[in-house]
Amino acid sequence: MIVELGHFALILAFAVALAQAAIPLVGAHKGWRDWMVLANPLATLQFMLVALSYAALTYAFLVSDFSVKLVVDNSHTLKPLIYKISGVWGNHEGSMLLWVLTLALFGACAAWFGGNLPATLQARVLAVQSAITAAFMAFTIFTSNPFTRLAVPPFDGTDLNPLLQDPGLAFHPPFLYLGYVGLSMAFSFAVAALIEGRVDAAWGRWVRPWTLAAWVFLTIGIATGSWWAYYELGWGGFWFWDPVENASLMPWLFAAALLHSAIVVEKRETLKSWTILLAILGFGFSLMGTFIVRSGLLTSVHAFAMDPERGVFILMILAAFMGGALTLFAFRAPVLEAKGVFATVSRESALVVNNVLLAVSSFVIFIGTMWPLVAEMLFDRVLSVGPPFFNTAFTPFMVALAMVLPIGAMMPWKRGNIAKVMQPLWGIAAFSVAMGAVTWALQTGNSPLVPVGLALGLWVFLGSVVDIWTRTGRGTIGHRFKRLGRLPRADWGKATAHIGLGMTVFAVAALVGWESEDIRVVQIGESFEKGGYTLTLTSVDRVQGPNYVSTMGTIEAHRDGRLITTLHPEKRFYPIAGMPTTEAAIDYKIHRDLYLTLGDPQDNGGWAVRTYIKPFANWLWFGCFLMALGGIFSLSDRRYRVAAGAAKTPRGTGTVPAE
Amino acid sequence: MKGLRILIAALALGLSAPALAVQPDEILDDAALESRARDISAGLRCLVCRNESIDESNAELARDMRLLVRERLVEGDSNTEVVAFIVERYGEYVLLRPTTEGANIILWVAAPVLFVIALLSSGLYLRQRANAPEPLKGGLSRDEEARLKELLKD
Repeated sequence: MIVELGHFALILAFAVALAQAAIPLVGAHKGWRDWMVLANPLATLQFMLVALSYAALTYAFLVSDFSVKLVVDNSHTLKPLIYKISGVWGNHEGSMLLWVLTLALFGACAAWFGGNLPATLQARVLAVQSAITAAFMAFTIFTSNPFTRLAVPPFDGTDLNPLLQDPGLAFHPPFLYLGYVGLSMAFSFAVAALIEGRVDAAWGRWVRPWTLAAWVFLTIGIATGSWWAYYELGWGGFWFWDPVENASLMPWLFAAALLHSAIVVEKRETLKSWTILLAILGFGFSLMGTFIVRSGLLTSVHAFAMDPERGVFILMILAAFMGGALTLFAFRAPVLEAKGVFATVSRESALVVNNVLLAVSSFVIFIGTMWPLVAEMLFDRVLSVGPPFFNTAFTPFMVALAMVLPIGAMMPWKRGNIAKVMQPLWGIAAFSVAMGAVTWALQTGNSPLVPVGLALGLWVFLGSVVDIWTRTGRGTIGHRFKRLGRLPRADWGKATAHIGLGMTVFAVAALVGWESEDIRVVQIGESFEKGGYTLTLTSVDRVQGPNYVSTMGTIEAHRDGRLITTLHPEKRFYPIAGMPTTEAAIDYKIHRDLYLTLGDPQDNGGWAVRTYIKPFANWLWFGCFLMALGGIFSLSDRRYRVAAGAAKTPRGTGTVPAE
Repeated sequence: MKGLRILIAALALGLSAPALAVQPDEILDDAALESRARDISAGLRCLVCRNESIDESNAELARDMRLLVRERLVEGDSNTEVVAFIVERYGEYVLLRPTTEGANIILWVAAPVLFVIALLSSGLYLRQRANAPEPLKGGLSRDEEARLKELLKD
């Protein structure tokens, strides 16, 4: 009964979404106020209906209702509670419902917090957003219905893929979806502005928080995914250039470009048509990502719904929205008149360089991801494009980006002077290069990777510190420290995010360049040396978990005769899903991770053991965390809160107040 | 009871549990050869896996290929000879780093070319902005300025 209610609510929401996509658009065109404001209650209603539908599906998972096909395929009575909840989105149908829920949530937020928007713009934004939601609802209802019942329910389910039964991965998809879908908001704003034929500073200010939010969510989503791969896949890789990873990195790069170019629109009223184009393409790449994951077009470790029919449906959605938006763009872009005048050396120009680098690096990933397909179709060549290509082709753009970042970040608006901007930066530039050189001299081997990574990371890190310190103006140190606390949150956000990028650049280089590995057979009770540690395999035991059995090793790590830590690498077997997994044991320290995995028992009674020393691994995810935190600081800046506060003034509509 | 049954099932199936990618018994005694083998393996794709190199993969076939790479190295082949041998057997698909032959040249030059185009066109745009006339006072567009004048006439 509850499951049917959920299904019914989804269909009802679809009808509401169709109405919301049409009525406000007509209202805005004709200038009928009552038709326009109808978008607000409809958006709220639509969200509540989808939420009800989602709650019904979650309920079916919680009570293990095995008359629902999706629950049978992805759950089991023995599965821990948290994975019953995360199991809802750990499959194609449920994740589509979560996707629709997120779309409806963003639409509702635009209704709740968008009170300060001009009525016509808000009506159009909500209509476009609802059109996207309706398309995905149709996709869910007609090709991927999560509420399908079974005539003869089995006694128990077949369990969720054990790789997905992990706290890191439980929260990876929702964050990614919030990011992907958040970009739909920027898209809706862009299309609405094109219909209006007006893009001004206010538009830049409205679209920026949505882009920032989407980018923050994407950052967290990608970082948790990468961290999960690091500890779960058994050898500590953190990025594989897998098509699906690429599908998330492309919109991330576009979102990063967009949130920088939106600043130019907001402050200087230039780069308007470019910003609109970025907003359209950013969401386009999100849709492309969805298409790649769900069509099975490109095989990857993630593809969980290999179904050509579904792929065609998403391709149609992609073609309709991208084709429509880009056509509109071609007609309307010339109307968007640039206003700001600026010199070739200026903050505006620096942000253009930022945008060029981010967009082109995103294009590198795009062509690398699609090339196997193109080569097979046009040139009849079956080939692979793997990590070596991406590392070679993508890295130069990131190096260039890191090199120009501190200079561009301190460049004044309108007209700048390189010599003047460089004045406070020369010292840290010299210091960074010197540190790189020292590293080069001290390290064994002659790979330039870590020295260059360290120099760039330091340059970006210290450059951001100098940037925010310069913002405090002149005066005694004490005064400047006081002013530091009073700086706008956006300044703090900028510095924090840039510092995070610097840390990540360094960590990637150090992790890739300095990692060391040891593979050997160890007898129980035997010790071996690795990276200054004495590691002893004390025992290997069988352990029963809630829905798995584990072969658990116990390894003690000593340094200078002192016990540092005891680690338990595991091999797990999930009998219901019939799948084994490796669980690495990791000792996290600030300067390195000690990473252990247990392999097979050997014929002579020993066990295969892999040991890695991974230098500065934590810095990678801490850097990502700082980037996301910077975005959050920026999002909490006063100028957006003031804008949100304006929504409290009622406009005679039935919307929920902005609290 | 249930737990016991699971345990028995697990023990029965335990043999098929994944091995570590590179097994201790595969490692060559000669450290220099072994490090070359690892380098080569990282650039070869496991044919039955999804986007994994044979160095990372747990699959049986990947193990066979790793052993083959090491066999050739011990025979005295150079790195390029080993890769050529594998490509001849398994096809271009095994190469994770696509060659620069034929149409693949498009793949390699696409991004640099686009970058140059983007730089040139943004350079032109920037020059145009630098020489553009100052906008009218009050930040209004020309149309709006005209409309304002019209309104003020009344």
